Amino acid sequence: MSDTTTSVVIAGAGHAGGSAAAMLRQLGFAGAITLVGDEPIPPYERPPLSKAWLKGEASAESLALRPMEFYTTANIDLRLNTRVTGIDPAAKTVSLGSGETLSYDFLILALGARARRIPLPGLDLDGVLELRTAADADKLKAALGPGKRLAVVGGGYIGLEAAASARGLGAEATIIERESRVLARVACQQLSDFFERFHRAQGVTIEVSAGVAALEGVGGKVTGVRLSDGRVIPCDAALIGVGAVPNDEIAQAAGLACDGGIVVDLSARTSDPAIFAIGDCTKRPLPLYGRTMRLESVPNALEQAKQAAAAIYGRPPPPPEVPWFWSDQYDVRLQIAGIPFDATEIVVRGDIAAGKFALFHLAEDGLVRAVEAVNASTEFMGGRRIIQRGKRLTADRIRDMAVTMQELAS
Amino acid sequence: MPKITFIEHNGTPHTVEGTIGRSVMEAAVNNNIRGIDADCGGECACATCHVYIEPEWLGKVGLPADGSQEASMLSFAAVTQPDSRLSCQIQMTAELDGLVVRMPEGQH
Repeated sequence: MSDTTTSVVIAGAGHAGGSAAAMLRQLGFAGAITLVGDEPIPPYERPPLSKAWLKGEASAESLALRPMEFYTTANIDLRLNTRVTGIDPAAKTVSLGSGETLSYDFLILALGARARRIPLPGLDLDGVLELRTAADADKLKAALGPGKRLAVVGGGYIGLEAAASARGLGAEATIIERESRVLARVACQQLSDFFERFHRAQGVTIEVSAGVAALEGVGGKVTGVRLSDGRVIPCDAALIGVGAVPNDEIAQAAGLACDGGIVVDLSARTSDPAIFAIGDCTKRPLPLYGRTMRLESVPNALEQAKQAAAAIYGRPPPPPEVPWFWSDQYDVRLQIAGIPFDATEIVVRGDIAAGKFALFHLAEDGLVRAVEAVNASTEFMGGRRIIQRGKRLTADRIRDMAVTMQELAS
Repeated sequence: MPKITFIEHNGTPHTVEGTIGRSVMEAAVNNNIRGIDADCGGECACATCHVYIEPEWLGKVGLPADGSQEASMLSFAAVTQPDSRLSCQIQMTAELDGLVVRMPEGQH
């Protein structure tokens, strides 16, 4: 479908939206593309915000998904500082914060997610931060440096990565986690233990099973985090990183099926055939696991951008990918392939004490569901292939380092 | 600026300008070359910017060191060959002006 009369509006200019626009052009789509985003800068990579960008090791140029000229060259109408505020599916129009209305033949919702807000006294104090956008990261960066103290509420990936970067900048860091271990929602016990040990060895203080009662401040500026047990963790800045919620309100208001995210199929199509949704805002099928789920990851955003572009251009959907994730903390690289649904056994391959290992999550019948690899890229890459192919493995073979990953995956 | 030619799996060539000190992958992404996915943005974490180096350039570009992160990632990338590289790990230099790389059938 390369006619020039078809118009696509993309609501949201993050990693997903920006990539969908580029992929449509890669396929040869010749119609109009309008990419609408509420941030002041063109689409950029969010993962470095808690890592290289925070440490001052990345330039604005390297953060950008593509240079500004790309949008002109590719004839993509990029509207920055603009929010899509409503959808009229019957009229096939969207309304913008500017008051303007845009017509579409196809609409792609790439609305993202936002940092979860927990009701705490003192949230409005200066120095209470979240980390989602480049602007957020700049505020956090300004608050870090030698002698500064960062308190992180929430021991998830954002919190751990920010704490690692803070240490790299010479700041003190304390992680405050409600559950009994960090990464409680997203990793297994062994992995949590590994990261807790590693962060403590790097000088990070970790408080687990610790509730937060309030943020305390003087003169409108945060000075500490008060825990439920009465203790106060003094700080110059407090980062709240307690998960994200999907921006699906305008989809709900338009009557699209939503269930903790905008419900889509494997073409990224919503309950309205002219409307697609991609990235963090979607609840998507995971055919390898027979489930639906909201995935907050760059690979997911890109896979769904590909699905939507293919469907709009009239191509068959790309083959489903194994979900994967990565995190860098200090010199530790964590790569995760798959999701440990239905896993009943965890098998360690490699040496946890040496900081180079992989955790294989097996279902009862030996089916490999997920591989969490720490400084073990071969295991990660092999794991992706094993999961994709639905291979069954025995614990003994996984543990045996004399058996290569090539052999395990073949 | 040094030139790089990317040849799609179907034989279509694309010649673009690279930037000295920046990666071959970035030149592909900045010019929206189809076939270089670069999911992780150049972190050597995904192996979706895989290319084959044309024989006459292999000496100048070189191969990844044994045991390196790149070598590990390539060990299971889609359809690897002895001349496989991850284009995010090749920095452009004046010496590489005119570089020619081919793209595999797929990156996933």
